[in-house]
Amino acid sequence: MQELWFFLQLVIQGLAVGSVYALVALGFVLIYKASSVINFAQGELLMVGAYICLALLTTYQVPFWAGFFLTMAFSVILALLIERLVLRPMIGEPAISIIMITIGLSLILKSVVAGIWGTQIKVFPAIFPQTPVRVGEIMVSQVYIYTFMASMVFLVLFALFFKYSRMGIAMRATANSNQVALSMGISVKKVFAISWCVAAVVSAVGGILIGNINGVNSTLAGVGLKVFPAVILGGLDSIPGAVLGGLIIGILENLSGGYLDHYFGGGVKEVAPFVVLVIILMIKPYGLFGTEEIERV
Amino acid sequence: MSLQQSGIFHETYKEDMAIFQTPFIKFWMAAFMVLLILFPWINKPLNALVNTNTLYLMNLIGIYIIGAHGLNILTGFTGQISLGHGAFMGVGAYASAILTVKVGIPFWFALPLAGLITALVGMVFGIPSLRLKGLYLAIATMAAQFIIGYAMRNWSTLTGGSTGIVVSSPSFFGISLGDDRSYYYLVYTLVIATTLYTKNLTRTRPGRAFVAIRDRYLAAEVIGVNVWLYRILSFGISSFLVGIAGSLWAHYVLVVNDEAFGIWLSVQYLAMIIIGGMGSVLGGIYGAVFMTLLPILLRIPEHALTQIYPGVFAIFQSMTEGVFGLIIILFLIFEPDGLAARWHTIKNYWKLWPFSY
Repeated sequence: MQELWFFLQLVIQGLAVGSVYALVALGFVLIYKASSVINFAQGELLMVGAYICLALLTTYQVPFWAGFFLTMAFSVILALLIERLVLRPMIGEPAISIIMITIGLSLILKSVVAGIWGTQIKVFPAIFPQTPVRVGEIMVSQVYIYTFMASMVFLVLFALFFKYSRMGIAMRATANSNQVALSMGISVKKVFAISWCVAAVVSAVGGILIGNINGVNSTLAGVGLKVFPAVILGGLDSIPGAVLGGLIIGILENLSGGYLDHYFGGGVKEVAPFVVLVIILMIKPYGLFGTEEIERV
Repeated sequence: MSLQQSGIFHETYKEDMAIFQTPFIKFWMAAFMVLLILFPWINKPLNALVNTNTLYLMNLIGIYIIGAHGLNILTGFTGQISLGHGAFMGVGAYASAILTVKVGIPFWFALPLAGLITALVGMVFGIPSLRLKGLYLAIATMAAQFIIGYAMRNWSTLTGGSTGIVVSSPSFFGISLGDDRSYYYLVYTLVIATTLYTKNLTRTRPGRAFVAIRDRYLAAEVIGVNVWLYRILSFGISSFLVGIAGSLWAHYVLVVNDEAFGIWLSVQYLAMIIIGGMGSVLGGIYGAVFMTLLPILLRIPEHALTQIYPGVFAIFQSMTEGVFGLIIILFLIFEPDGLAARWHTIKNYWKLWPFSY
């Protein structure tokens, strides 16, 4: 029985972290679908969001709701700047250049954050209630529950946005085919810019949520790397796949951390998602829901 | 001016295939070689001028040139992106350290063995390239980077965990290669050998197959290039060279631990070949020189500013990475073909000066 509760605890924590992965993966897939850019700076967007929100809450003593919206606004501006100054000149360049440019971007964001706020870990002021909840025989910190719920709310909001809003439909059309979208009068450039905005906003939300669980420092950017296993598992160009992949990777890393750590001497959590990634790439490279690329001569 | 021909007119295929085509280039190449051989004996004034040990820098540059050639073969010639070359260099360093310290093999056998072991590891992680292209491969090799890094940190019985392994300097027929000057000759012998190898590789069947795969792999397959075989071979050769670089690094720095071989090193390698020029042998050299000297150059404004505002030091420390990032972005936007291409343009302009039009 004890075993089962331990398992359940790992799953619940994994689900909470996984829901954040799902959120960030959503932003990642969105950029990839719209403009075929693999964004290696996703984790840094997340870190910047968390730091901005933290600074607003602690240094400027802004109430949480205001700080949250200001962070969102800042993320949108940052995303627009990045898209316009860095990514727009690279349209049509080879994949390696685009990968390298997002890596360069991540280096800049990381060093600016380290320059302003230093590298010390900072604790987020409590946003969610602190008392743990009792589920059967285990205590679950409420942060996990709220994180999961908040992520789900955002995922549903974005699902509705893509399904019903005019812009959301235009974005799906662009993702499907840039050329057809152009000929239907959709401004593809605008769609690229908005994809970056959405990605930056979901990352910032993810950053605030994860920052609440683990505290804020530069290792937060590592969450952006965990998105890769998630999107590869789900299929690089599938939004439902990204969400499902995020949840699965979150649970999986927590389970492997819980059960395998004392065999391998700790830190299995950090590497298990990447082992999964390599295995998926070898047996099913286009993931669960990705479109298989078939080439005809 | 008089040394230079107004154009290159080949009369035989042999002349056309030659690496150094004109007497002018041969002369300057020879002069450069003499300078390279004499460098450890004449670097004293230079040391005083820039206030660092230039011989140490030259050795680092040499080691990175070998690694950059390796990545250039894979990325520049074959068109396969690798974000795992930092870890592959680590594999070479650890392999060499373990072979010499724990197994007791002399350095001269451990060096090629380290290369071979790295080649094997590289080929294993290259297997996904059978089915994957650009973007997916970048992610697969990034996973390789993290998995290998984890193994280096946590497989303590083999790698010594976070303390690492202490290595001793090699010796050559009883002469110790422990000091900068003698190690310089070891490194640059290998630099010249690998540079010639890389240059010649592009003129052989595998080299041409690599370029064909890069340019259009479907067409390459149609004309009878075994795409899978040559991709794996490219991973093998590339990792071999990086492994050699790792082994040289280990026996120069004398302690091997995992921190040196993180994703940051992989990014630096990619930056080297992008800034130097992808698919150009000279590009790897320019890139390695540039990336090694950049932190030194950044120290100058840092030093000057610290004198004025003492608090600025901490900020500058963190800015180094940012400047790297900025330089990568600027190069990609404004000079995507790298320093090698820029050098070519400048050379062509001055060749016919003042009658260039």
